[in-house]
Amino acid sequence: MIYFLCFGLILVGLYGVLVRRNTVKIIISLLVIEYGIHLLLVLQGYRRGGVPPIVEPGTDQQTWIGQSVDPLPQALVLTSIVIGLGVLALLVSLSIRLFERYGTMDISKMRRLKG
Amino acid sequence: MNNLIPLLVVIPMGVAFAIPLAVRMNPRLGELLSILTALTLLVISLFLPSQEIIYHIGNWPTPDGIDLRVDGLSKLMLLIISGLALVVGIYSVGFIRQFTGHYRYYTLLMLMVTGMNGVVLSGDLFNLYIFVEIATIASYALVAFGGEHEDLEASFKYAVLGGLSSSVILIGIALVYGMTGTLNLTHLASRLDGHVLTPTLQFALALLFCGFGLKSALVPFHTWLPDAYPAAPAPISAILSGITSKAIGLYVLVRLLFNVFGITDDLLLLLRWSGGITMVVGALLALGQWNIKRLFAYSSVSQVGLIVLAFGFGTTAGIVGAIFHLVNHAVFKPLLFLNSGAIEIAAGTRDLRKMHGLRSTIPVTATTHMVGSLSIAGIPPFNGFWSKLIIVVAAVNAGFMGWASLVVLMSIVTLAYQLKVQTAAFFGSNTRSPEVTPSIATGSRSNAEPLFMAVPMIILAIGCGALSLLTLTGLDEPFFVASAAEVLMKGVFTW
Repeated sequence: MIYFLCFGLILVGLYGVLVRRNTVKIIISLLVIEYGIHLLLVLQGYRRGGVPPIVEPGTDQQTWIGQSVDPLPQALVLTSIVIGLGVLALLVSLSIRLFERYGTMDISKMRRLKG
Repeated sequence: MNNLIPLLVVIPMGVAFAIPLAVRMNPRLGELLSILTALTLLVISLFLPSQEIIYHIGNWPTPDGIDLRVDGLSKLMLLIISGLALVVGIYSVGFIRQFTGHYRYYTLLMLMVTGMNGVVLSGDLFNLYIFVEIATIASYALVAFGGEHEDLEASFKYAVLGGLSSSVILIGIALVYGMTGTLNLTHLASRLDGHVLTPTLQFALALLFCGFGLKSALVPFHTWLPDAYPAAPAPISAILSGITSKAIGLYVLVRLLFNVFGITDDLLLLLRWSGGITMVVGALLALGQWNIKRLFAYSSVSQVGLIVLAFGFGTTAGIVGAIFHLVNHAVFKPLLFLNSGAIEIAAGTRDLRKMHGLRSTIPVTATTHMVGSLSIAGIPPFNGFWSKLIIVVAAVNAGFMGWASLVVLMSIVTLAYQLKVQTAAFFGSNTRSPEVTPSIATGSRSNAEPLFMAVPMIILAIGCGALSLLTLTGLDEPFFVASAAEVLMKGVFTW
């Protein structure tokens, strides 16, 4: 069920990227896609009623392996968020510079490139 | 020797962040540091052994820790990356002065080298993704470096499409992890080996194919490329087309298909068709261009198509041809882009219709450009001829007569659009109207080819001839290339 929701989120973002004409809205749509993917990644390691993946002194290894959620996807999501921040910062600064140059946020009015 | 492997990533990254500090002491240090770094990387990658090495970071064993792996193919890619970074670094000394804040340029260049080296070395899927992102973020910024309308527009387009493709790749990675529980390439290959791919994994593979297909600009994912390459400064176009799109797109694609998921007849068919269509579309679109850099950009699309097509034959000869052509393309296409920078300075325009008789103004560029054009069109004795010969022979031997004749036909189209550039730019009388003055501060017409720009072009032109010598060890096993092809022919990684 949650899988469908996160694919829904990705598709909403995709729709936004394809249809919207405003640079800021395109950037927001890209972020929505990214959040959908992060949700998907975390879900890969989730287990219903799981315990945090922390080994304490006295924990039984076997039952712990049977119960804990997978920590790796969480680490991946953290990394991916950082990357997303880098891309976001770049995209926003590009869109600011584009606004300075063209005086508009509408990508259909930025048509100097063709061929 | 193995301990040197992480340095290939650490050195350029360290230098990238050291440059902004160093330029406070002396503004020339940026150039100097990046050239020295590229030289160091070249030396290190030359001394890497050709057989397979897996370096465990922090000494963690394979599935638990992060691996870096070196084999024949990675070594070849590393050599091209650092060689090109060196050439482009030297060229930039002469070229990049026209922009303000050029230490940022060198920082970004070094970050791009970091990313590419990381992709080529990385032994697991997620780190590979991270390095792909490092390289692409640096390249978005470099494309926009000029700061003009077109540059920003191209960069935004590239960044949105690149961001989408990264998302698609990340979904693919998430699904692969969910299905197999591992991201280490070796471990993944051993878990997938001998199993038919489940529908989810097939979907993940399709996503990865599209994602990396966009990064390597296969048709129909090529639309960002003819905007991005002309917008970038000439040395950046050179390194983007020469190696970046291959290291972060094509290399990963081929590595995943041949060494991890295992190649099948259906996948080969897909490679042949996507490569073939890319080749034809790129060449035909190049024919109609009058903007010199846009023409070369479409030419890059076409050549990448040829490489993918040759991989799709699936035979050893096809793969040798593909890798050899990849190496050659990394020499002659940067040469053409570097020349286009000199042409742009000399003529003050990129429009072929407005240039005449530049041969007298920039004799060195005219000569090196002739070499580059002949090489890309596949005229002996230059390197392009040999790789195309290998590819055509491979196609005939594998029974693909149609594809073989198409490759030859597209070579003729390539020759046609290169001759168009030659006649428009270099031949004819120099009857330029005097109001077209060089637009760029570095040069009055007489020094449109400063030493720093001429030397890299001469090096690459000599490279076009010298790479033909790789075939001295036999057409079916060129030096260096054969060991790279062997890696792919061995099939999936064994653990």
